Amino acid sequence: MSIVTVQLGQCGNQIGHEVFSALCSDIRGTHGLCSKKENESYHDSCKERFFCEQESGVPIARAVLVDMEPKVISQTLSMAARSGHWKYNSHSHFCQKQGSGNNWANGYSVHGPRHKEAIMNLVQKEAEKCDRLGGFFTIMSMAGGTGSGLGAFVTQCLRDAFPTSFILNHVIWPYGTGEVIVQNYNSVLTLSHLYQSSDALLVHENDVIHKICAQLMNIKQISFRDVNEIIAHQLGSVFQPTHTAGEGSGYSRNPLGDLMETLVPHPEFKLLGLRNIPQMPENSLAYSTFSWPGLIKHLRQMLIANAKMEEGIDWQVRPPPPGSSIPSTNKPLHFNTSIANLVILRGKDVHDVDLGSFQDPSLYTSWLNPQDAFSAWKTPRAFNKYEKSAALVSNSQFLLKPLDSIVGKAWNMFASKAYLHQYTKFGIQEEDFLDCFTTLEQVISSYTNL
Amino acid sequence: MTQSVVVQVGQCGNQVGCRFWDLALREHAAVNKKGIYDEALSSFFRNVDTRSGGNGPDICKGKICSLKARALLIDMEEGVVNEILQGPLRDVFDSKQLITDVSGSGNNWAVGHKMYGFQYRENIVEKLRKTAEHCDCLQCFFIIHSMGGGTGSGLGTFVLNLLEEEFPEVYRFVTSVYPSGEDDVITSPYNSVLAMKELNEHADCVLPIENESLFEIVNKIHQMINSGKLGSTVKQNSLVTSSAGSAKTLQEKPFDAMNNIIANLLLNLTSSARFEGSLNMDLNEISMNLVPFPRLHYLVSSLTPLYTLADVNVPSRRLDQMFSDAFSRDHQLIQADPKHSLYLACALLVRGNVQVSDLRRNIERLKPSLHFVSWNQEGWKTGLCSVPPVGHSHSLLALANNTCVKPTFVELKDRFMKLYKKKAHLHHYLQIDGMEQSCFSEAISSLSDLIEEYDELDATKGGPRIDPSRLKIAV
Repeated sequence: MSIVTVQLGQCGNQIGHEVFSALCSDIRGTHGLCSKKENESYHDSCKERFFCEQESGVPIARAVLVDMEPKVISQTLSMAARSGHWKYNSHSHFCQKQGSGNNWANGYSVHGPRHKEAIMNLVQKEAEKCDRLGGFFTIMSMAGGTGSGLGAFVTQCLRDAFPTSFILNHVIWPYGTGEVIVQNYNSVLTLSHLYQSSDALLVHENDVIHKICAQLMNIKQISFRDVNEIIAHQLGSVFQPTHTAGEGSGYSRNPLGDLMETLVPHPEFKLLGLRNIPQMPENSLAYSTFSWPGLIKHLRQMLIANAKMEEGIDWQVRPPPPGSSIPSTNKPLHFNTSIANLVILRGKDVHDVDLGSFQDPSLYTSWLNPQDAFSAWKTPRAFNKYEKSAALVSNSQFLLKPLDSIVGKAWNMFASKAYLHQYTKFGIQEEDFLDCFTTLEQVISSYTNL
Repeated sequence: MTQSVVVQVGQCGNQVGCRFWDLALREHAAVNKKGIYDEALSSFFRNVDTRSGGNGPDICKGKICSLKARALLIDMEEGVVNEILQGPLRDVFDSKQLITDVSGSGNNWAVGHKMYGFQYRENIVEKLRKTAEHCDCLQCFFIIHSMGGGTGSGLGTFVLNLLEEEFPEVYRFVTSVYPSGEDDVITSPYNSVLAMKELNEHADCVLPIENESLFEIVNKIHQMINSGKLGSTVKQNSLVTSSAGSAKTLQEKPFDAMNNIIANLLLNLTSSARFEGSLNMDLNEISMNLVPFPRLHYLVSSLTPLYTLADVNVPSRRLDQMFSDAFSRDHQLIQADPKHSLYLACALLVRGNVQVSDLRRNIERLKPSLHFVSWNQEGWKTGLCSVPPVGHSHSLLALANNTCVKPTFVELKDRFMKLYKKKAHLHHYLQIDGMEQSCFSEAISSLSDLIEEYDELDATKGGPRIDPSRLKIAV
């Protein structure tokens, strides 16, 4: 089954390019420590999901590039073509001249309706090229104007045009101390709208990835390219083919569907966080060895303590004692309650790994059976030169604090009515803001009371 | 890619404008080695085939034939514009872009605004339309003028008004040179306050500039060069005050150095819109992020570095110094101290080999010493453009919406009132058709209201921070 990616705005396009690069370089890499047959099967599966074959042999990404100004798209297209290993379809992009000016209302109310037909035509064309459409993956930031505003509009259009397809939105949360001054408004507007039309929101926070670059990857002068490469690696570790139904079965034919089924049991809870382990600079890989028990232990503690990476984990945090039903207000501080978790293992000896510690009922909220709440996908094919790697996709309280912080700052600004004239002039009124705040307070409340 | 049109009005406006075009050509020549007319160039220049007498359609792609500036040169006396047309830039402008008269405005806002405005209205609209038609997607008008005289101040603000009427969707960024205390034009307070009302109501963003600040910067550079203290030589073309072309200081006019600073400001402001980068910052984003309330659109600007030493390798410490300098008094283009006033919003546009981590590190470092308004504690807008300005490896433009502009306005008001109370020189204004006493009272009232808005914000500074309570949801 194939996934059509929609890259929106500067961030979406820059990341999208890194993702396809990472996927392509992974399949072109060495055998991946598994049998040749396994490797070929992996290769074919990835190709089917993300690329479409052309006579010239260069795989073409199944993607639509959208931006309201031309510089980034033209850069993205040419960088891909220059790689020689993959490229974008030269017709699958849509851009305008003037950008959205960091204005959500401009992206949503002006650019959206104006360009709906053109953009959806491109999406339709990509969808038709797929033998079986597995769903849509959109990449956007929520701080700017195009990715956020136009992205929210396009997601709605996707939902209307493809009511039975899965839609996964990959959303980038901006640095806490500003990239854009009105980023909190844009974020609140985006999240509340996406919550209506999307199936799930997979989130990456710039602050977190920045720390990974600084502390784990030892990069001195961190650029957005570095940040995007990490994000691409993490996404690749989730989206590259895996066996979802145990040893011996083929690679999953419905990646997005499987993801939604395991992780989003209830429409009120759509926020997914992503953790990946291990992460280190490429030149250190050759000198490191890991054991599965060690990796799993770290990953579990990262989940429980809401750690952003494998350094600086707070080992003091423990789940509440089993057997006691404690109301959520009395749960141990900093303990991260989950609704559902998915662990994806890739590499050597995966099938012997014991994941029982993730099935501990005390990790989860009470209204789901732990057997249903936890899933594991494994594949012996190693990913991106890591002999062993594990990814955790979690629907838990991971994003509760960041969400609360964004809503708080946005509310603070809203109370003083600052910048509102910029939104009202494009048709987003105060009542619209209030609706969005209400939606998100509801989400915050739901996650808090797990 | 969008286009911008520069409207330069009056003596000051045209002299600064002239420096702008000179430096813009230099910048594009440095970046565009192949001589191909690209999108970046098209933002300020048209590519014209002169063989057809310049009347043919513009050439949109391919080699550069003849570049024409997207500009309108307006002056009510001929001296300055004629000089431009006889100088090295004569080929950049064509005669259809000029509007001149003979007698000037006599430092009288009413003459510029009411008399010449009325007289030249149609002519101006027609020329503006022509210029706009040559643009694929016109995003912004840049007006350059001074506030203290007659043409720049009066006719300049008339044009501003006109732009809002005729092109309401296009942004209007105004670079205004404010008169200093020792200005030799006696009526400059009248002219400035009358112009202020227009800026309040019709501009999207105003970048106020004060000659005193420019002068101090020029002096600082002279001192630095002449002291020979640092032992190494300064790269001549990196000086924020230097003109393009050969350094013929003999032929440089006295205001050239100061005007080059303003020209550099405009180039840096538009750099991220013209050139690529990892975090683009377009002009509409500047307006969106830095103007929280419609009338508070006065932005204090500062440029660093002022020069680059000839030794190339710049360690990271120097980079941090650049950020610190942007917030120091010496680098502001008006006489103000943003550090001790209240920030409503701040934008940092970095050019060159600077990455997001450098930006973040410096924001973290400088934040504690700056006061931000309570509802915008993290009010930073950032942009990263990969192309550095000529002669530098990196540069920073800081734009602040800060209450430190208030003293400038208060002083202006005081000087106005001194004259107005005695009704000095009023008759020169009132004798112009269309000019009445109410124009004055409305203008001063508009200025007072603006000052009051800044006062209210200042009052919140340093007070206890009470966050409004959040919405409560029934569980």
